[in-house]
Amino acid sequence: MWGILGRRAVDGGFSASSLRRMRSGLVSARSYAAGSKEMTVRDALNSAIDEEMSADPKVFVMGEEVGQYQGAYKISKGLLEKYGPERVYDTPITEAGFTGIGVGAAYAGLKPVVEFMTFNFSMQAIDHIINSAAKSNYMSAGQINVPIVFRGPNGAAAGVGAQHSQCYAAWYASVPGLKVLAPYSAEDARGLLKAAIRDPDPVVFLENELLYGESFPISEEALDSSFCLPIGKAKIEREGKDVTITTFSKMVGFALKAAEKLAEEGISAEVINLRSIRPLDRATINASVRKTSRLVTVEEGFPQHGVCAEICASVVEESFSYLDAPVERIAGADVPMPYAANLERLALPQVEDIVRAAKRACFRSK
Amino acid sequence: MATSFSATLPLHGSQENRLLLPPIRLAPPPSSFLGSTRSLTIPSSRRLYHAHAARRSPVVGVQEVVKEKKVTNSLVLCILITKEEGLVLYEDMILGRSFEDMCAQMYYRGKMFGFVHLYNGQEAVSTGFIKLLTQSDSVVSTYRDHVHALSKGVSARAVMSELFGKVTGCCRGQGGSMHMFSKEHNMLGGFAFIGEGIPVATGAAFTSKYKREVLKQDCEDVTVAFFGDGTCNNGQFYECLNMAALYKLPIIFVVENNLWAIGMSHLRSTSDPEIWKKGPAFGMPGVHVDGMDVLKVREVAKEAVTRARRGEGPTLVECETYRFRGHSLADPDELRDAAEKAKYAARDPITALKKYLVENKLANEGELKTIEKKIDELVEEAVEFADASPQPGRSQLLENVFADPKGFGIGPDGRYRCEDPKFTEGTAQV
Repeated sequence: MWGILGRRAVDGGFSASSLRRMRSGLVSARSYAAGSKEMTVRDALNSAIDEEMSADPKVFVMGEEVGQYQGAYKISKGLLEKYGPERVYDTPITEAGFTGIGVGAAYAGLKPVVEFMTFNFSMQAIDHIINSAAKSNYMSAGQINVPIVFRGPNGAAAGVGAQHSQCYAAWYASVPGLKVLAPYSAEDARGLLKAAIRDPDPVVFLENELLYGESFPISEEALDSSFCLPIGKAKIEREGKDVTITTFSKMVGFALKAAEKLAEEGISAEVINLRSIRPLDRATINASVRKTSRLVTVEEGFPQHGVCAEICASVVEESFSYLDAPVERIAGADVPMPYAANLERLALPQVEDIVRAAKRACFRSK
Repeated sequence: MATSFSATLPLHGSQENRLLLPPIRLAPPPSSFLGSTRSLTIPSSRRLYHAHAARRSPVVGVQEVVKEKKVTNSLVLCILITKEEGLVLYEDMILGRSFEDMCAQMYYRGKMFGFVHLYNGQEAVSTGFIKLLTQSDSVVSTYRDHVHALSKGVSARAVMSELFGKVTGCCRGQGGSMHMFSKEHNMLGGFAFIGEGIPVATGAAFTSKYKREVLKQDCEDVTVAFFGDGTCNNGQFYECLNMAALYKLPIIFVVENNLWAIGMSHLRSTSDPEIWKKGPAFGMPGVHVDGMDVLKVREVAKEAVTRARRGEGPTLVECETYRFRGHSLADPDELRDAAEKAKYAARDPITALKKYLVENKLANEGELKTIEKKIDELVEEAVEFADASPQPGRSQLLENVFADPKGFGIGPDGRYRCEDPKFTEGTAQV
């Protein structure tokens, strides 16, 4: 029941025709809105920040290379020309300093959007994200809230080595007081970033560098400037009845491809795009597992204490008697990311891994 | 362990200290501040920024000003404060001292627990700066924040209850000794990590400037960041000096140099112990002042705050001060020399102000005694209030994690915020 309600709330942003198609179940990832435009994730993020800055003068952008360089990954392209240097700040290379300044500005009532060139660099500022941002509303008993967004690319890119490839979803999602979002498609990116900027709490917004250039169809509703997605609700990208695959960010694309491969072999996989790592949408996940009785969780980050571990624990706690097979967990290899291209491929989950795990989950009960 | 860097060597106010200085000539910073002794009519032959010159504070002591004025202009006796101001300063310092002494008592009786860091001896710095601020100016402090909160206007009752962990505390018992927040009085914390408050203070100053320049509001608010000598070796400090000067933010960085970071002497941990010199390196004035003299601190503070309000940018003020107690109530305080403690105890800021007020006939002993009695009663009453207050209810454990009442992007009416048309409407023009 909750799952259906949840789905309706999620689909609220879609056109009626796409809603019907979702209900029929077998929809491939890229055709959910008829005659729609396509938009890259990069443009989606750019338009989201642009619209929010235009709507609220308290929103400003701060980070390395966000201004004159147009953004290290061109996410903040055009913003400097439009809003001027008073609202788009090129900072020196001082993560701890400028993150703290952002938090202080949020304390005093502004709405900063702090960009980390990658979330790996956020480790230099993590004290401010956690101690001064996440915990402040609690420590001050609700007097001081921190409406700040920390955004940037997270996780592995292509051949960037160990220090530029870590996924921080598990680290940030373990902290009470933070909201952690991980968009996949252009629509996710737009809706979640707009919701994050409007949100009165600190939000860690984990993007993915390899998704920036990917194009996704986008509906008219999503292009509207008041479009927002709810925080804390997962999206069922593909309905199925044999096995539930939960994942987030880039792995959603892999999971959808895996689902198509599984469909050829007669296994109908339900793919859930988590969208929100904290708060985690346990209701949707559990409802889906109760329907399919099998779970495969996928993530790109390190396996120990990861997001998948939390989902497995949640499912075992709440839906144990519904499970027909042990929960499967697919994560990145338990090593710092190697550089060599073939080793990097081995260190990250691939479509074949997901397919294999799903088959394992399905055949085990036989 | 006596070396040339032994802690008993006074850092300031002595000619012999030239040994500690590299023979470098510092260029004076572009602003005329702090050389600007024009208000104190000091002969301009004094060089204020050159390192090899006599290391006296650029702000001359009250007594000297008074003497000079007497010599140069026997018609007018220049006193730096009026009677009302003097009594306000005195009361604030007495409140700080009594409150901290009461904290120690309560801690040893088991009413207070955890980490408690007391401010005894440093009252002149807090009073000297904060009593010049308005309610909308912000103060950011460290874990040694009780007195900063009190000076800024948070009631003694609220602070004491917070320390007892009661629901009537300024943070409803959720913050504790090290996390005093008050939105009403713009006390932005209370941070346990040293150096953590500096970027937050810089951000609050950033907001003042942003409000003025982008939101076109009338905003002259300044921010004062208090931190210690140990913090001045932390990277965040330098990052913020750079950005504050770069963006010309209305902030005053106040270093409460009490020479000790728990048991680590400032001289043992810092390559160049003169912290005020680090200001000009980043393009802002660096001032050193005797932090045991509230009037000197106040004079420096006045100029720094005026500078910030005028939009001329940040200032770094190093206050030489001392904490009479250990780092915290759990610190046995064995490493500090008794002679050093005695030397600074003789320079107790409260006794010094009392002496000044009485000698300059601004107040008599009776009036000061009345103030002391009033404060004693206030603090006692605060303890009774805190004792009588209830502990937080169980449901408070899970409250206030998010500003969003239920997280999940759910608004107060129980529906998703994103479905509420009011939430999503805006004037976005792309």
